[in-house]
Amino acid sequence: MRSRIVEIWVGVFVAAGLAALFMLAMRVSNLTVVSQEEGYEVIAKFENISGLKVRSPVTMAGVRIGRVSDIGFDPDTFQAVVTMNIDPNYDMLPEDTSASILTSGLLGEKYIGLEPGGALENLKAGDEIHLTQSSLVLEQLIGQFLFSKATESDK
Amino acid sequence: MARERKSAEVASPLQAAAQLGRAALGTFERLGRGHLLLLELAIRLPGLLPRFGLVVQQVYAVGVLSLVIILVSGLFVGMVLGLQGYTTLVDFGAEQSLGTVVALTLVRELGPVVTALLFAGRAGSALTAELGLMKATEQLSGMEMMAVDPLKRVLAPRFLAGIISMPLLAAIFSAVGVMGGYAVGVGLLGVDEGAYWSQMQSSVDLHEDIYNGVIKSLVFGVVATWIAVFEGYDAAPTSEGVSRATTRTVVHTSLAVLGLDFVLTALMFGEI
Repeated sequence: MRSRIVEIWVGVFVAAGLAALFMLAMRVSNLTVVSQEEGYEVIAKFENISGLKVRSPVTMAGVRIGRVSDIGFDPDTFQAVVTMNIDPNYDMLPEDTSASILTSGLLGEKYIGLEPGGALENLKAGDEIHLTQSSLVLEQLIGQFLFSKATESDK
Repeated sequence: MARERKSAEVASPLQAAAQLGRAALGTFERLGRGHLLLLELAIRLPGLLPRFGLVVQQVYAVGVLSLVIILVSGLFVGMVLGLQGYTTLVDFGAEQSLGTVVALTLVRELGPVVTALLFAGRAGSALTAELGLMKATEQLSGMEMMAVDPLKRVLAPRFLAGIISMPLLAAIFSAVGVMGGYAVGVGLLGVDEGAYWSQMQSSVDLHEDIYNGVIKSLVFGVVATWIAVFEGYDAAPTSEGVSRATTRTVVHTSLAVLGLDFVLTALMFGEI
């Protein structure tokens, strides 16, 4: 009888442990996103992507429609090549969609915001987004501001 | 004993060197014995399958009986993380990231490490004391006399039970901790519930974080149980020897876990 109670408790323990693992996997982690990774890939070239990372979100109108899947460097144009994985549900993006690197909040993470264009053709797998706007680098912005102030005071 | 101490006081440099050498040899001897034991235990693990009842009994002793301490400490660690994280993050207006902070801290570090430390105190010390006492009362030699392999009958089931229990305990610790952080952050401090879960989900990665946490706790399970079993099996067969072995189990396991944690973290998450 004693060994039966022991076995029941061990069963409960193992089940609780597996349930906790399952909860961590489903509730805490982005498993749902991992399974969605069968989208189509689009590339875009940026002058500067500072702060953008692989797995950063790609959004349109604030809705996440994909993730950055790879970041590379083009040695010919000295530009960053960002590969985005777009969810297959969103296959109606116009061909002249533009991409810009934005920041969520003042100190938040970088993400790519897509703005739809007006073309009739849609973006297909492997296409390139030509209209891009680079990440704002705070230091450069401050530098430009100081420079313009300095030239103003010279006058 | 008194004579030894006196001779140590007047020891010539040569004798001091000899003593140092003896101590070093003793350390290496124990290190070697420990690793040979690990090897012998690993060889005997497949032989446990036909007698899995033994392992189940040990999972009860090692895992189920540690459940209460793991649940309670996991809950409180999560609650403290929620509170401290909130007070820090609210200064930056970033209290929405509380879920991320709590979940990543628990899954990557605190879950495996604190579970291993509690395991060493709760289960490891008990294992060592049990095995040391078995040795002191010559039960282990008795088994050998009856042609029963104590490594296979006594040590290996405990070793495997520890390896099975540790990842489960760590997962329970992390899950309960996330709940504790939720209770404090969302329930008491008014963080948005949707933000708590969605920020957590957007930054915790299944492979990167959760699998690595499980791998960590598996490694800690092997190390903690191995040290406990070895110290018990290697204890001097006296009451003093058993008490020393128990202390050593807790101290060595804690040091090994904290040291290994840095190495594993550097390998998994760091860019060293």
